[in-house]
Amino acid sequence: MNAPLPDPEALIAILSDKLRDRVDEQTGIIGIRTGGVWVAERLRTALGVTPPLGTIDVSFYRDDYSKVGLHPGVKPSGIPFSVENRNILLVDDVLFTGRTTRAAINEIFDYGRPGRVWLAALVDRGGRQLPYAADAVGITLSVPDDQSIELLRSDSGQLSLSIQPRRR
Amino acid sequence: MSTNPQLTSEGKLRHLLTIEGLPREVLLRILDIAESFVSVTDREVKKVPLLRGKSVFNLFFEPSTRTRTTFEIAAKRLSADVINLNVAASSQSKGESLLDTIANLSAMHADMFIVRHNQSGAAHLIAKHVQPNVHVINAGDGRHAHPTQGLLDMFTIRHYKRDFQGLKVAIVGDVLHSRVARSDINALTTLGVAEVRVIGPRTLIPNNVEKMGVRVFHDMANGLHDTDVIIMLRLQNERMNGALLPSAQEFFKYYGLTQEKLAYAKPDAIVMHPGPMNRGVEIDSSVADGTQSVILPQVTFGIAVRMAVMSLLAGGGAE
Amino acid sequence: MKIAIRGGRVIDPASGLDLAQDVLIEDGRLAAIGTIPQDTVVQREIDATGLIVCPGFVDLCARLREPGFEYKATLDSELCAAVAGGVTSVVCPPDTDPPLDEPGLVDMLKARARRFNLAQVLPIGALTVGLKGQQITEMAELHDAGCVAFGQANEPLDDKLILLRAMQYAATFNLAVWLRPQDSALSQGGVAHDGELATRLGLAPIPSSAETIALSAILLLARDTNARVHICRISCRDSVNMIRRAKVDGLRVTCDVASTHVHLSERDIGYFDANCYLIPPLRSQDDRDALRSGLADGTIDAICSDHTPVDDDAKQRPFGEAEPGATGLELLLPLTLKWAEETGLPLKDALARITIEPARVLGIDAGRLQVRQEANLCIFSASQSEVVVPSRFTSQGHNTPFAGRELPGRVRYTFAQGRLVHELS
Repeated sequence: MNAPLPDPEALIAILSDKLRDRVDEQTGIIGIRTGGVWVAERLRTALGVTPPLGTIDVSFYRDDYSKVGLHPGVKPSGIPFSVENRNILLVDDVLFTGRTTRAAINEIFDYGRPGRVWLAALVDRGGRQLPYAADAVGITLSVPDDQSIELLRSDSGQLSLSIQPRRR
Repeated sequence: MSTNPQLTSEGKLRHLLTIEGLPREVLLRILDIAESFVSVTDREVKKVPLLRGKSVFNLFFEPSTRTRTTFEIAAKRLSADVINLNVAASSQSKGESLLDTIANLSAMHADMFIVRHNQSGAAHLIAKHVQPNVHVINAGDGRHAHPTQGLLDMFTIRHYKRDFQGLKVAIVGDVLHSRVARSDINALTTLGVAEVRVIGPRTLIPNNVEKMGVRVFHDMANGLHDTDVIIMLRLQNERMNGALLPSAQEFFKYYGLTQEKLAYAKPDAIVMHPGPMNRGVEIDSSVADGTQSVILPQVTFGIAVRMAVMSLLAGGGAE
Repeated sequence: MKIAIRGGRVIDPASGLDLAQDVLIEDGRLAAIGTIPQDTVVQREIDATGLIVCPGFVDLCARLREPGFEYKATLDSELCAAVAGGVTSVVCPPDTDPPLDEPGLVDMLKARARRFNLAQVLPIGALTVGLKGQQITEMAELHDAGCVAFGQANEPLDDKLILLRAMQYAATFNLAVWLRPQDSALSQGGVAHDGELATRLGLAPIPSSAETIALSAILLLARDTNARVHICRISCRDSVNMIRRAKVDGLRVTCDVASTHVHLSERDIGYFDANCYLIPPLRSQDDRDALRSGLADGTIDAICSDHTPVDDDAKQRPFGEAEPGATGLELLLPLTLKWAEETGLPLKDALARITIEPARVLGIDAGRLQVRQEANLCIFSASQSEVVVPSRFTSQGHNTPFAGRELPGRVRYTFAQGRLVHELS
């Protein structure tokens, strides 16, 4: 992967264009920790909606718990609105195998029964192991199997993408 | 000296038998995870699927409805299957040894044992004899330890006081016979509070307890002076026999927590009690039900803390 | 039949002998110590180069579990264990089932032991009937049947009047009274020393005063009655001081310590290791140090094994519910050697504590090398160390706190009552 990585702000602009028709004041926007929350915050501003964000930590719903145990740094999930019958925009930074999406959707359903769930991902790197697809994607990128692509946030709040060797 | 039986060779928590010997980071980790479980208990669906398919056996050789129920709720909220074994009534009375009971139950594929026993060291013995992927949680062994109570007490303190540094904590009552006191002392000293005090008559304070890192007081005025947290211990009726105490009345007069004695502590001091309370013996109703009492929240936190412990133990892999 | 033991380092603590010598045994008796006449025709040669040749050990307390506790161990297995450990005289306490309070029981025990023809068995008779601390036993008859002294094993005798009378009666016949000092009320329910570990682990405590208060009663009554008293298994500094004082005052008192207590302290209980549940309890490091000083200066006369085989089931229980005691016949020598190593004591002084000194306590002719005497010898390697593996014990008791530890000393040959009864292949 030699070409420079795209600027997340540009990708967020692309995403918000794609979502503008679907998201309104009634939509519940939920970001998946941690990167998904950063993207969700930007989208909320870009789309100009006012209701507060939900944030979920999928640690308790991951399917690899028996193999690797509890994820370090579990943080509380919090959805400050009723999920029941609401349209939900679920936001993640990187869509890869689809397992995080499954965990997040399972968790959302433990809060209530949503009307519908749209998935927005900043980056889709392919490699799906479960049949999930995003409704809106910032960019599709091909990343080698032994690498992972991560969204980083600097102290000043600036977002950037980075490719690291995978630790598994 | 053998290695710490609670930890795997990689230092991962395999059993929770006692707070003694656990690194500070492990205690804080449990508290942090418990934080997330508190928010789970606020939802409509209070379950998470972490322990789905796992069997948790409540092995209570000493009867207890409260603690057993809390563990049962915690396990069910993790989607585990819970089996309650009132062993006190059945096999023990038939003379079956503790280890035979465990072996029989292991044949039923238990993933986790929650054990309460009247002998110090019982949980350690069980932990030595279970299969590699089975976990043991000590729900109270004799006078030795009650680690989940210690942890939920620490969670409660952190919830109301934010920081452990600088806190003065007093533990009042029958320290000699109390596993809660020992676990609290271990937790507080590991987490680095400014001062841990024990207060009680000489007959109820064990010899050499200062070596555990506490200051000993025999009067409430001095002992409670300037404290941030007061943990009241339950005084059992049988302590009135055997020349430990003359009467519940005299104990209440000199060591019972009343509004008047509470005033020796800081004005924002919190009052805790592991329960069940003996009103009018170790604590006055007005204090137990008063604004500084956090006794009921302790119970709620107890579920989250036990969920945290179980999920930390049951997960695979190394940290 | 002549057996020559050549080139060993012969140590006889009684005479102070410590030289490379030869030893000749003829028809079960020591025929020569020093040089063997050139023309002697010998049926067996034992090459003892690099080995130590010393008197067979006299163990002041080993439970052989017969009669009554055969499911734990038998005379057969335990007497084999004794000679495997170089022990040629074993004193067994009266807490058998039934207790040794009748001459007939003593006769049977001695007869059975003789049939095995291994270590010599010296029973202690019960001081009171059934060890119940009420009625005194027929001590004179029991002595005739072979009891070397009278005691209560670990059973209490709190009634001071009865204790006084029992001592007076024993003194009538110049019989020794062996007592382990323990006040029942102060030790009631306790399982561990009232120290730091018991507080941390929440184990019911036994204060040192449970021992010293009972000891002071025994010593005062001993003074009044002029009885011969042997104090069994002391465990704390104060007890050592009291006995030192009593000896200075001229009381006819001796005492022993268990080999476990020469090495271990309360800390060794660790994570509730029931193998460290002992009577008396393991006390503080300071107490252990005092016991070592007492051994070094002779206040404590002897080290005994306090051999107590306990079956696995009875040990695999929560600490306070387990059966106390440790197996020890095969560790008496290694633990004595280890103590000598750690404190820099000369070998012959250390060996005195398991040979001539216990023999003196008993008043028997044993524990030393003397020409024309029946051969009771132990030939061992002091330099070889071994890791303690309980399953390899000859004893049926595998309960030891020393499992996995490396200890010095390997017994190669044991001669007991004139015969070669143990030989390491």
